[in-house]
Amino acid sequence: MATQHSRSAARLMMAPAVILLLGWMLVPLTMTLYFSFKKFLPLRGDSLGNGLEWVGLENYSRFVGSSSFWPSVQATLIIVGSVLVITVVLGTLLALLLDQPMWGQGIVRILVITPFFVMPTVSGLVWKNMFMDPINGILAHLFKFFGAQPLEWLSQASMQSIIMIVSWQWLPFATLILLTAIQSLDSEQLEASEMDGAPVLKRFWHIILPHMSRAITVVILIQTIFLLSIFAEIFVTTAGAFGTKTLTYLIFQRVLESQNVGLGSAGGVYAIILANIVAIFLMRIVGKNLDR
Amino acid sequence: MGQIVLNKVQKKFGDVEVIPPLDLTIADGEFAVFVGPSGCGKSTLLRLIAGLEDVTSGSIQIDGKEASDAPPAKRGLAMVFQSYALYPHMSVRKNIAFPLRMAKMDKAEIDKRVTSAASVLNLTDYLDRRPGQLSGGQRQRVAIGRAIVREPSAFLFDEPLSNLDAALRVGMRLEISELHKRLDTTMVYVTHDQVEAMTMADKIVVLQAGVIEQVGSPLELYHTPRNVFVAGFIGSPKMNLIEGALAEQHNAKTIGIRPEHVQVATTQSDGALQGTVGVAEHLGSDTFIHIHGVAGCDPMTVRAAGDVTVRHGDTVYLTPDATQIHRFDNDGIRIP
Ligand SMILES: Nc1ncnc2c1ncn2[C@@H]1O[C@H](COP(=O)(O)OP(=O)(O)OP(=O)(O)O)[C@@H](O)[C@H]1O
Ligand SMILES: [Mg+2]
Repeated sequence: MATQHSRSAARLMMAPAVILLLGWMLVPLTMTLYFSFKKFLPLRGDSLGNGLEWVGLENYSRFVGSSSFWPSVQATLIIVGSVLVITVVLGTLLALLLDQPMWGQGIVRILVITPFFVMPTVSGLVWKNMFMDPINGILAHLFKFFGAQPLEWLSQASMQSIIMIVSWQWLPFATLILLTAIQSLDSEQLEASEMDGAPVLKRFWHIILPHMSRAITVVILIQTIFLLSIFAEIFVTTAGAFGTKTLTYLIFQRVLESQNVGLGSAGGVYAIILANIVAIFLMRIVGKNLDR
Repeated sequence: MGQIVLNKVQKKFGDVEVIPPLDLTIADGEFAVFVGPSGCGKSTLLRLIAGLEDVTSGSIQIDGKEASDAPPAKRGLAMVFQSYALYPHMSVRKNIAFPLRMAKMDKAEIDKRVTSAASVLNLTDYLDRRPGQLSGGQRQRVAIGRAIVREPSAFLFDEPLSNLDAALRVGMRLEISELHKRLDTTMVYVTHDQVEAMTMADKIVVLQAGVIEQVGSPLELYHTPRNVFVAGFIGSPKMNLIEGALAEQHNAKTIGIRPEHVQVATTQSDGALQGTVGVAEHLGSDTFIHIHGVAGCDPMTVRAAGDVTVRHGDTVYLTPDATQIHRFDNDGIRIP
C-alpha cells in the first residue's frame, strides 16, 4: 500500500540509480549515433578536436553495401539459432537426468555447472588447443585411434566448432534454469497422470513440458541477448575467418582493424536494430507464455 | 467388480517400517474410510493400493486378480488427490478428458462422457476455463470428474476435502456420498475428520502407527470400541476416559463415558460426581461443558441441552449413565 508520500520518497531514492543507468546507456548510444553520421578515420588525422566531417547516411549505405554484411548477419543468426536449439534440447534432457535421484548428485550438479564459470576467452582457447588442434588435440587423437584422418576443426568445420564451443558454455545455464523448473513440478500431478494411464513419454509431453514452457522462454530470451554479442570465442579461435564473421565481429574489424570509427558506429546502429527486431519477434512468439 | 483384498501387506521406507504386515478386505461397492492421527500411514496405505508405492512384502488383489506388481494405470482405480493435482495448462474439459485420451478412446465417446460427467458435477459452465480460474470446490469437482469418466472399479480419495472451508466441506461430503449411492462403486476414502468418517462410511478402518486398531461400521465403532485408542478417537467431542478410584469401582483400569451419556445437575444428588465449570461452549442446539475437579479425568466434557445456563466457576453434579460405561483392562482392551 503505497501512499502519495511514500511513493514520492521512493522515486527520490531510486533516482540516483535510474540516472546512473540511463547515463550509462545514453552516453554511448548518443556517441555511436553521432559518430555514425561522421567521417572518422583516426589514422588519417581525423579527431574530435579538429572537428569531424558530416557525411550523412554514407556510413550506413557503405556498411550494408559491403560484401561482408549479409554473410555476417546470416552467421550471427545461424550461431544464435543453433546454440539456442542445442542448449534448450540438451538442457532439458540433462535437467531430466539430474532430477533423478542418484549417487553423488551434489558433485555431478557442480560439475555440470562449471563450464559457465570459465571465461569465454579461456574456454575458446581450451577448445582450440586441447580439443580441436589437428595434431595434438584430444579429438585428433580420437580420430587417429579409430583410423580416421583428423579433422581441421576450425577451418574445415569452423561454424560447427564455434557453435559447439558456445553451446558448451551456455548449456549449464539452460540446464540449471530448466532443472529448477522441473523440480518445482508438483509430484502429485505426475502421479495423477500416471494413474490416468499416461506412459513416460506422454507424461513428459503433456505434463512436464508445458510446466517448463515458461522457464524455456526465459532461457531463450536471456541467451539470445547474450549470444547476439558473442565475440571472445570467435576472436581467439577463427578470428572471423572461414565464414564465422558475425555482425559483432564485423563491427570490431571496421573500428579496430580498418580504423574506421564512423563505419563501425553505423554497424553498431544496425546491430541495435537487429537485436530489437529479434527481441520483438521472440516476445511475440514466446512472450505470451510469460503473461499467463 | 471393485473388491480389494490386502494380504499381509507391509511397507518399509528404508529401515523404517511404516506399515507392519496388515490384512484388510474391502467389499465391492463399499465405502471404506481410513481414519487415524497424522502420520499413521493412511496415505501410504492408499498409495500402496493405488500402486504409487510398491509393497515391501505381501500382496494386493483387486477384483480377485493379483495386482501387487501391476502399474497404477493397469489397476483400474482412479484417485482424487488432496491438492487436486489438476493439470494447470489444460482447460477443465481437457483435464477431464485426459485419462480417456490416454486410453485412446474415440472422440465422440470422449465428448459424451465428459459432457455427462460435467452435468453430474455442475461443471458444464466451466468446461473451457483453466483450473486456476476456478474456486476450491469447483477444482475438487473437476478432480472427481476426471476420476469418474474412467469408470474405474474403485475410487481412492486422499483427504479430498481438507482444503475446503467448513460450509463447502459439508456440501461436498453430501455430494460424494450421493455419487457413491448412484454409482455403487467401491470407494476408499482417507480423512482425519471423524465427522466425515462417521457420516460417509459403510466401514471405518481406524489406524494407529500403521496398525489397524479396529474395523467396523460407524455405529459399531461408536458403541463398542475395541480399545482405549478407538474409544478416544471416534466420537466428537471425545469420550471421557477416567482412570483411578472411579475406574476401580467398575473393576477396570480405565473407564470411558461419552459426553452425551452424563447428566448434569446443579443440585446435589446421590452418587453424583462434583466438579467446577471451566468453559461452557454454547452451540445453540447443545452446550458442551468442560468440567474440572473430577478425579482421574480433567477436564471432563459433558453434553447438555442448549438452554442450560451454567457459568464459569459454578459447581455442578454429574451422573454418568451406568449402562453406557465402557470398561478397559490394563492393556487398554475392552472388557465386555
Ligand atoms: N517417501 C517416504 N519416505 C520415508 N518416510 C515416509 C515417506 N512417506 C511417508 N513416510 C512416513 O510414513 C509415515 C506415514 O505417512 P503417511 O503420509 O501415510 O501419513 P498419513 O497418515 O497420511 O498422515 P496425514 O494425516 O498427516 O496425511 C510417516 O511417519 C511418514 O514420515
Ligand atoms: Mg496423508
